[in-house]
Amino acid sequence: MSRWGMVIDIDKCTACQACVVACKVENNIRTPSEEDALKNRTISWMNLISLHGEGSEQERATFLPRPCMHCDNPPCIKVCPVDATNISAEGIVRQVYPRCIGCRYCTNACPYTVRYFNWSAPQWPEEAQQYLNPDVSVRPKGVVEKCTFCHHRLQKAKEKARVEHRELRQDDYVPACVEICPANAMAFGDLDDPNSEVSQLAKNTRAFRLLEELGTQPKVIYLKEGE
Amino acid sequence: MSAATGLDRTAVMPAPTDLGPDEVLLRPILKSGPGFYWLAAILAALGFGGLGAWVYQLYFGLGVTGLNWPVFWGVYITNFVFFIGISHAGTLISAILRLCHAEWRRPITRAAEVITVMVLFFGAGSVIVDLGRPDRALNVILHGQIRSPLIWDVVSISTYLTGSVIYLFLPLIPDIAILRDRLPHRRIYRWLALGWQGTERQKHILEKAIAVMAVIIVPIAVSVHTVVSWVFAMTIQPMWHSTIFGPYFVVGAIFSGIAALIVAMALIRRFYHLEDYLKDVSFNNLGLLLLVMSLLWLYFTFAEYLTTYRGGEPIHMAVFYTKISGSYAVPFWSMVVACFVIPVALLSNRKTRTVKGCVVASLFVLVGMYLERYTIVVPTLSKPRLPIEVIGYSPTWVEWSLTISFFSLFILLYLLFTKFFPIISIWEIQEGREKSIAEVTERIQGYLPANRFQERGGEGAVTTAR
Repeated sequence: MSRWGMVIDIDKCTACQACVVACKVENNIRTPSEEDALKNRTISWMNLISLHGEGSEQERATFLPRPCMHCDNPPCIKVCPVDATNISAEGIVRQVYPRCIGCRYCTNACPYTVRYFNWSAPQWPEEAQQYLNPDVSVRPKGVVEKCTFCHHRLQKAKEKARVEHRELRQDDYVPACVEICPANAMAFGDLDDPNSEVSQLAKNTRAFRLLEELGTQPKVIYLKEGE
Repeated sequence: MSAATGLDRTAVMPAPTDLGPDEVLLRPILKSGPGFYWLAAILAALGFGGLGAWVYQLYFGLGVTGLNWPVFWGVYITNFVFFIGISHAGTLISAILRLCHAEWRRPITRAAEVITVMVLFFGAGSVIVDLGRPDRALNVILHGQIRSPLIWDVVSISTYLTGSVIYLFLPLIPDIAILRDRLPHRRIYRWLALGWQGTERQKHILEKAIAVMAVIIVPIAVSVHTVVSWVFAMTIQPMWHSTIFGPYFVVGAIFSGIAALIVAMALIRRFYHLEDYLKDVSFNNLGLLLLVMSLLWLYFTFAEYLTTYRGGEPIHMAVFYTKISGSYAVPFWSMVVACFVIPVALLSNRKTRTVKGCVVASLFVLVGMYLERYTIVVPTLSKPRLPIEVIGYSPTWVEWSLTISFFSLFILLYLLFTKFFPIISIWEIQEGREKSIAEVTERIQGYLPANRFQERGGEGAVTTAR
């Protein structure tokens, strides 16, 4: 069984936000109205957060692309009253939209604030509506959503492999953000496979995880900037 | 058959017993003045009008509230915690007083128990209106996950509601029987009186049942607010994840519960002219209890904040400072004044521990405890661990309308209860008059060493005195 994980090399990241946009297109993420955007209701499964460096030098910001961490010990799942969020055998933290009651307990329990709520019915500019991805369900108002590691791509890849009578290969399945990254700053693959690119990168001395001390065991690994 | 029994009953039934001075306790049920109708109409208008805001919210989604990312919980959850807290007024306080044989409980237990039962609906209702998909609320039963503290809440609150209804109903039975005899045309009383005739055997069973329920209800009540606190404490969020939260919430709940009870009693006493029953001494005693709870509340609050401060973890300190000196400083310090400074000042002095003083202190405590719930729910969410832009939270008219609606409907239900059932337990007052004086004298004698002077005809007493 695979254990899917992601490695993001901050040294390579140019903070171009291509991953943010690719994610929105891939996953049918709604376009916020101006009012909603001002009220902090923009949904962005992949979000760029800036850490301001300390020290007396001129202020230097570090940008981190932040998807869902897909923790092995996810605080969100422990609190969901209806099993609308759970973790798959392959380590992907899922969200079951038709079951979610919208209590937003998971959004509050997540220390990474990666979970978003649909404050109103979803909408897109008219021209965008015809480009909705048929593989990803559109979320109704009142439910929680979050990054799925483009889970639908895994399902598609598995089906394809089955039809072609072969095993799933590492490069069969990558999320949209990883695929688009022009700086090649992101890698994706099986963390349990010692030969995979992500496993190799995770051994790097620059590797760290966000809020590791909380014991959530995130499967998104960052490589910090070199000197 | 039933017609025959009906006839039989009217024929055999003796004339309704004369309640003597206690007749006044039935007056609110037998007669309603224009004051009642006006009040009921206003409460119903506010209550159902405010529910219109919910319809609006159902249509447009929770976007009509002031909530946002990452402040996902606000006034509704504050209301939930507050209402569940108020619910401790009744059953718990009443059960404790009953178990302690506190004789001054007699006129106040029912007023307290009704608060519990009525307010629980609005506590549960607050969660329903907070849901993004209330149409799927049944999923908590269909797909309930025992690992989630919210399910612990569902289990605990529904147990508490059931227990409280039983605990309210049992001591009502003899009073319902009085009403049945008085108002034979109201079938509901005949049905609810369960054939009560006041025989020795019935009395014995009832007393036993009440005693058993009083014992059972105490741990349930404690569990309810503990579990409510665990909704917060079981996450790893700063200033939520605290081991002290269980008892801290229970103390706060009893604190606000007593305050609600004092206000309710003062209103009942005023509007139904029951000064002879709800005496100053009851207010004095409850005022003293409120004073103790205020000190306990300060102790817990101080312990909680000092521990956080000395730990000094940056992520905790961010929440700490937003409460102490940041965006939430006004509600925070208002809470300290309303929960501690004013009640302690008023209640520790015998001159100000009057009915009026107790009511003023209680009103401040209610406001203060509301602010406490608010400053527990919101500030933590406004200081997420990762540096993201937070715009804060200000509730909208929809949230306030629903809040006013819930308060109005709660008061309306309470008011209606007083119009259908005696809000002061008639039989318990009678029992107090008939039995308790002798019982209490005997009990106090039991506390004291045997009086040797009387036993030995004087000699022993003289020798001990020497």
